[in-house]
Amino acid sequence: MFTLTINGDAREVDVEEGTPLLFVLRDTLGLTGTKYGCGIAQCGACTVLMDGAATRSCQLPVEAVGDSAITTIEAVETDEVGRRVVAAWIENEVPQCGYCQSGQVMAATALLKDTPDPADDDILYGMSNICRCGTYNAIAAAVRQAAKA
Amino acid sequence: MTTSSHTAAGLSRRTFLAGSGAFVLGAALPARVLAEAAGAGEGAAAMAPAPGTRVAAFIEIGADNAVRFLSPFVEGGQGIATGMAQTVGEELDVDPSRITVDYAPPGPDYLVVNGMRLTGGSFSTRSSFPVVRRLGATARDMMLRAAAARLEVDAASLSTSDGVVTHAATGRTLTYGDLAEEAMALTPREDVALRDPAAFRWIGKPVARIDVADKSRGLAKFTIDQVVDGMLFAAVVHAPYYGTEPLSLANAADVKAMPGVHSVHTLPGAVAVTADSWWRARKAVEALDVTWSDPAPSGIDTVAADFSSAAMRAALAASTAEGVSVEAEGDVDAAFAAAAKTVEAEYDAPYLAHAQLEPPSAIARFNADGTLEVWLPNQMPDAFLKLCAEAGGVAPEKVTLHQPMLGGFFGRHFTYGSGNPFPQAIALAKATGRPVKLVWSREEEFKMDAMRPLSFTRFKAAIGADGMPTAITARTVGEGPLGRYFGAAPDSSMVEGITEKPYAIANRAMESVALPHPVNIAFWRSVGHSMNDGFYESFLDEVAEGGGQDPFALRKALLAQSPRHLALLDEVERISGGWKRGPYTVDGTVRARGVAMASPFGSETATIAEVSIADGATKVHHVWVAFDPGSVVNPAIVKRQVESAVALGLSAVLVEQAVYENGQRRDANYDTYQVLRREMMPAVTVSIVESGAPMGGVGEPGLPGVPGAVVNAVAALTGTRVRSLPLANTALSGA
Ligand code: FES
Ligand code: FES
Repeated sequence: MFTLTINGDAREVDVEEGTPLLFVLRDTLGLTGTKYGCGIAQCGACTVLMDGAATRSCQLPVEAVGDSAITTIEAVETDEVGRRVVAAWIENEVPQCGYCQSGQVMAATALLKDTPDPADDDILYGMSNICRCGTYNAIAAAVRQAAKA
Repeated sequence: MTTSSHTAAGLSRRTFLAGSGAFVLGAALPARVLAEAAGAGEGAAAMAPAPGTRVAAFIEIGADNAVRFLSPFVEGGQGIATGMAQTVGEELDVDPSRITVDYAPPGPDYLVVNGMRLTGGSFSTRSSFPVVRRLGATARDMMLRAAAARLEVDAASLSTSDGVVTHAATGRTLTYGDLAEEAMALTPREDVALRDPAAFRWIGKPVARIDVADKSRGLAKFTIDQVVDGMLFAAVVHAPYYGTEPLSLANAADVKAMPGVHSVHTLPGAVAVTADSWWRARKAVEALDVTWSDPAPSGIDTVAADFSSAAMRAALAASTAEGVSVEAEGDVDAAFAAAAKTVEAEYDAPYLAHAQLEPPSAIARFNADGTLEVWLPNQMPDAFLKLCAEAGGVAPEKVTLHQPMLGGFFGRHFTYGSGNPFPQAIALAKATGRPVKLVWSREEEFKMDAMRPLSFTRFKAAIGADGMPTAITARTVGEGPLGRYFGAAPDSSMVEGITEKPYAIANRAMESVALPHPVNIAFWRSVGHSMNDGFYESFLDEVAEGGGQDPFALRKALLAQSPRHLALLDEVERISGGWKRGPYTVDGTVRARGVAMASPFGSETATIAEVSIADGATKVHHVWVAFDPGSVVNPAIVKRQVESAVALGLSAVLVEQAVYENGQRRDANYDTYQVLRREMMPAVTVSIVESGAPMGGVGEPGLPGVPGAVVNAVAALTGTRVRSLPLANTALSGA
């Protein structure tokens, strides 16, 4: 049994050690906005914020979360930066299939919290999430817009 | 579907072949659709329940005036839901942003693609545009007539605006929702007028996508996100060699005792565990100690222990089998006999995975009343329904499909036999008596995904004393998905992009040789065009070089009689700032450009790519595409689709390959299966040219020009002509 802080709430979960946070979120807590893409920290679809930093939840064992505050896409708009990122995503019509976009939004939010006025290279190297639909240029445009908003 | 000889795709061969000319060539539309497009009127026969005519099957209007459109096409990122909302909304007179678009269930009403139903072949908009307009207009007419009856006025005195009927003389208004019940009881009229295109408010405009808000908030629900009460989670491990079987389990009891495990199963070509969470099921199934049957020791008839991509490529190249002519014009032998020079080259491209980001999954539930419900991703509902019924041992009318949007597809979600998880989910639901949600891990997906076929073509060209090509021949060896799944022979999906080129080369002899792949093969975005246009356009640059011609000038000369293609070349030249092949220096890097054209899926493209070389690898800086799909419904979505297709084309030409070694796929996940990443993405400029030609496809045509343009740019820069993709397999050095 672990007690996690998810989107501001304390949540008790009955899973064994080694269970990735991703599947605790999706299957135990029903927070399916966070996606499974690869399970090996390659694609970024499972990105959440851990104490504000972008973290790939598929490679984060539940016992490693400790007291850290986890924010998922479901609560990203309660954060001022996250709200701007989502607004920029919608205005720029970034998503195609959308499957990677929860992770992209979380990664962008973390980037802008850390680097409020990112250079192009900050976006290029600060967000390694895969988008198989090739929305990379739209993502970069939305991140720049969110930074200026 | 009327016949019983099912192919692997779950469709009868005869049904397919009836429409195969149109499917293959992507040009013809059903006669009825053409008649409608031409304004010929539907006639009594067409208003019988012919596909695409029954208003109630497509349009639902709630008492609250909410409008729902049941789309024949699945949304998987291409923006088709928005296109449908624009098209039906334009004629129905409802703002597209207020229309909910859902993927319609299987059924005869929705067989609007040449009498079939599929989301693919870049067919969605062009096959349905007149049909959907007419549905919207017919429904609006029913609203007007219902309002006229209610208000006891002449329908001609009424007007509509965004779902409200107004009687101007008295100021009375009724919403469509107020009228829906009465309206839907009326007999649809066959002769409703369509809106004058000059008065379009939404068609042809960059209307905002209706799905981006949910997708930006993590609210979009894909199959993998679905939950059913009381369900078990399942995970599988497939045989290490394709086509081998589990013989025994050494530790089934131990695995059964693992936390949360419900049951352990063997399935055709796989083992499975069900549990109370997916992670537990996965840990358990991966702990199973399985003895598998042995593959054949050697050869390419099956995926043998020594099967490899290299061996398959060698077999295609070594084939001496007689080919079937797929294009013949003029006298090739005479042209070669008279040639001042000849050029010859062999091209190949690898197997490719779809690598859509959503791993495949399915949920199956048998209900107490004998019905079966299945949640699954698909591009072809009727085929899936039939296969679900067979897998579940129930009649098709007892099967309900739930069909969420797709987390990317690119051809992934057709029926590919063991390449789909739903038969396993159904088998496990049956065995356990519980609803079962089966998710394939990424590793199982990369093991079992049906692949874009590895392909091989040998070209020869004759060049005259003036440096112009006089003849071209091509010999393509292999197998394509249209042949495997739909019995097409010769298989146009092998040679599309090599045949039917617009270039004025008088003597041509193209042949194809069937040599089946032992692996599961698939439709992949742009299908045969995904490699063949690149082969052809690269070889055309070799022909230009052989004749001492500039490749851009040679294309212009060969297209002198084709205004549509010349206009595209002019446009791509304009948006790229003028043709220059290079090498030249920009920002301290030496760069060069390549050009390529393609005519895929009824559309036309001209593409220019600019590249440099860094650390032996190709860096693409900019891709310019002039794109002529005839006419467009949503220019913003079209541009994004072209950019998306460019990205996939770049992935294929630069880095991507699914490699077999020693009978197994080498790459199990994205760590080694390379796809286009952010740092590889160039600037992309798309210019849409609306020539007014018949509407072509949009989702795929942006791709086929990219490999040729990039390979040609690399050759211009380095002097190295890379004929085996991806480029990453060849160490390059800058000029
Ligand atoms: S699912 Fe975690 S990075 Fe891909
Ligand atoms: S939008 Fe489809 S994977 Fe990114």
